Amino acid sequence: MVDAMSTRIFIPRDVAALAVGADEVARAVAAQAAALGTAVTIVRTGSRGLFWLEPMVEVETPLGRIAYGPVQAGDVAALFTAGWLTGATHPLRVGRPEDHPFLARQTRLTFARCGIVDPLSVEDYKAAGGYRGLAKAIEVGGAATVEAVTKSGLRGRGGAGFPTGIKWKTVRDAISDQKYVVCNADEGDSGTFADRMILEGDPFCLIEGMTIAGLAVGATRGYIYSRSEYPHANATMRAALDIARAAGLLGRDILGSGLEFHLELRVGAGAYVCGEETALLESLEGKRGVVRAKPPLPALKGLFGRPTVVNNLLSLATIPVIMDLGAQYYADFGMGRSRGTMPIQLAGNVLHGGLFETAFGLTLGEIVMEVGGGTNSRRPVRAVQAGGPLGAYLPPSQFDTPYDYEAFAARDALIGHGGLVVFDDTVDMAHMARFAMEFCAEESCGKCTPCRIGSTRGAEVVDRILAGRDVAANIALLEDLCNTMKFGSLCALGGFTPYPVLSAVRHFPEDFHTRNSPGRPLPAAAE
Amino acid sequence: MPILHALQETFGHVPEDAVPLLADALNLSRADVHGIVSFYHDFREAPAGRHVVKLCRAEACQSMGGHALAEGLLRRLGLDWGGTTGDGQVTIEPVYCLGLCACAPAALIDGRPLGRLNRERLDAAVNEARNDWSTP
Ligand SMILES: Cc1cc2nc3c(=O)[nH]c(=O)nc-3n(C[C@H](O)[C@H](O)[C@H](O)COP(=O)(O)O)c2cc1C
Ligand code: SF4
Ligand code: FES
Repeated sequence: MVDAMSTRIFIPRDVAALAVGADEVARAVAAQAAALGTAVTIVRTGSRGLFWLEPMVEVETPLGRIAYGPVQAGDVAALFTAGWLTGATHPLRVGRPEDHPFLARQTRLTFARCGIVDPLSVEDYKAAGGYRGLAKAIEVGGAATVEAVTKSGLRGRGGAGFPTGIKWKTVRDAISDQKYVVCNADEGDSGTFADRMILEGDPFCLIEGMTIAGLAVGATRGYIYSRSEYPHANATMRAALDIARAAGLLGRDILGSGLEFHLELRVGAGAYVCGEETALLESLEGKRGVVRAKPPLPALKGLFGRPTVVNNLLSLATIPVIMDLGAQYYADFGMGRSRGTMPIQLAGNVLHGGLFETAFGLTLGEIVMEVGGGTNSRRPVRAVQAGGPLGAYLPPSQFDTPYDYEAFAARDALIGHGGLVVFDDTVDMAHMARFAMEFCAEESCGKCTPCRIGSTRGAEVVDRILAGRDVAANIALLEDLCNTMKFGSLCALGGFTPYPVLSAVRHFPEDFHTRNSPGRPLPAAAE
Repeated sequence: MPILHALQETFGHVPEDAVPLLADALNLSRADVHGIVSFYHDFREAPAGRHVVKLCRAEACQSMGGHALAEGLLRRLGLDWGGTTGDGQVTIEPVYCLGLCACAPAALIDGRPLGRLNRERLDAAVNEARNDWSTP
């Protein structure tokens, strides 16, 4: 199909690339090649995760793949004229992607293939190491697989950081006629997009990871719970599932091993709380996404009351590489009790935003300032929200914090799902505190009063502070409310909303105490 | 849920008349079905405009001026969140993160993703949708 004279051109179809013109670029490349009578084969890939360079186009040349970016449709003719098919220079030339400092500094294990392969090609996937992990798991069996996952030190990438191997062992040891594996792909945290990138850029990796989980715990059925905000990712995942079924990679007798695993995609309907594992299970059962009290643990009584592994997508997509390269290989990366690598997502007002997978242990400052290059606006960084809407805002004075679960926890901060949202000095932290309360009120499942009512009250209290009324008393009231929410909430939505709020009050008091006074240092650009 | 998604896809909302039918088919009470429809932000109980603009309100988009961008658009159209223009063409809905946070501010217009938005790009995209009288 690909004739020898045809140059392969890789253009992402990751939704973030589409959002900045990748389809228009692909059309322009096809049209220009036709006009020139040059044979090119366009391959649509996921994203490498250098989003400030998207659309980033890679041309297969004798020098290897050479990237150009950010390419707009209007640049295409000039790129052909400059000779990009042989990797020629041009102002947009990035060079070999793997030599780019942003990628060269990474350790890509979970994201080894993303942005490189055709996401819907099983051949590509296998050629790039796919299905070696499952073969290994089949060879060593379920018990040894659980053992390997435990030894790897992998902790859940969805937020709580619970050891994956221990969860699997609980499900494996449970006795039931039916068990399930559920992938939590309800990636609702602002500033995160790693799950989405795998769904779009390397879906077979998730399918393989979930199949291994099924084998390890004795589950023959799995569900991927994704979100309606990700229509492109869901379409790619659906197509990948069809391909996997047709190729015998899902179903009754996988790879001729006798292993049975069926996998389906389900899509939520715009409720952040459905990312909480028990609300997610309720939603999968077709009900309102209300949080269940624990115990019983989902590992023992999960979907339809059966033992269920619920793991974040990244946890599951990391299983194949652990099985393939070995638990020790994975565990050798990282620091302390944070083993392996974390796909960090740099977002918001940052110069080099994107996916940065690295061993735990870099400091927050290294990640934001060196890797991220500081703000996109070129103004000073004022705050970084780590770990999504339930995570604390950290000031630059805490940039020495190592990226590690325990070090973050010691500063009341969250690794969570790996998101880092950067803000410059125009941010109004009282406004952000109000937003956190408003978000909690909006998304509360309604079960606990402190979460449902407390958050609405909290937003009102911040409004009074914003209006400069009884500021000191209202700040005390806000702190009280936060305490009530922290200790009176069933899940982390109500329980953790106090972290962004209190961190804003603690680290940026000037935004609260000096409302409406002439000495206030900076106007609120966000208003 | 897959049924509700299908209804919304076909009709643009979950029609009132569908509730008793669904309740019967699924062996639930009408109140149960109502409860489910109202719990999820996605499901509309009334039709939306011909074109739906989902603007991201979450933190990463705010860090890049998303708040002012959204307020500005709503003001120019004379709408609140969830409102539809008088000609029935455009509905503006809030969304909390589209996973485009490294290309903020972001929006989804009739399913088409847009990133690195500023006032000009957003207005152009909304106008393009608005002037396109065919159904999306
Ligand atoms: C309000 C709320 C939202 C959550 N959202 C997500 C989410 O979007 N994705 C996710 O994997 N975990 C989310 N979690 C955490 C899950 O409850 C659960 O810990 C996780 O899916 C377990 O998988 P892991 O062990 O692989 O991390 C959320 C928790 C809460 C309280
Ligand atoms: S804390 Fe909030 S979201 Fe969590 S269970 Fe309670 S009411 Fe529901
Ligand atoms: S915060 Fe707007 S796309 Fe993620």
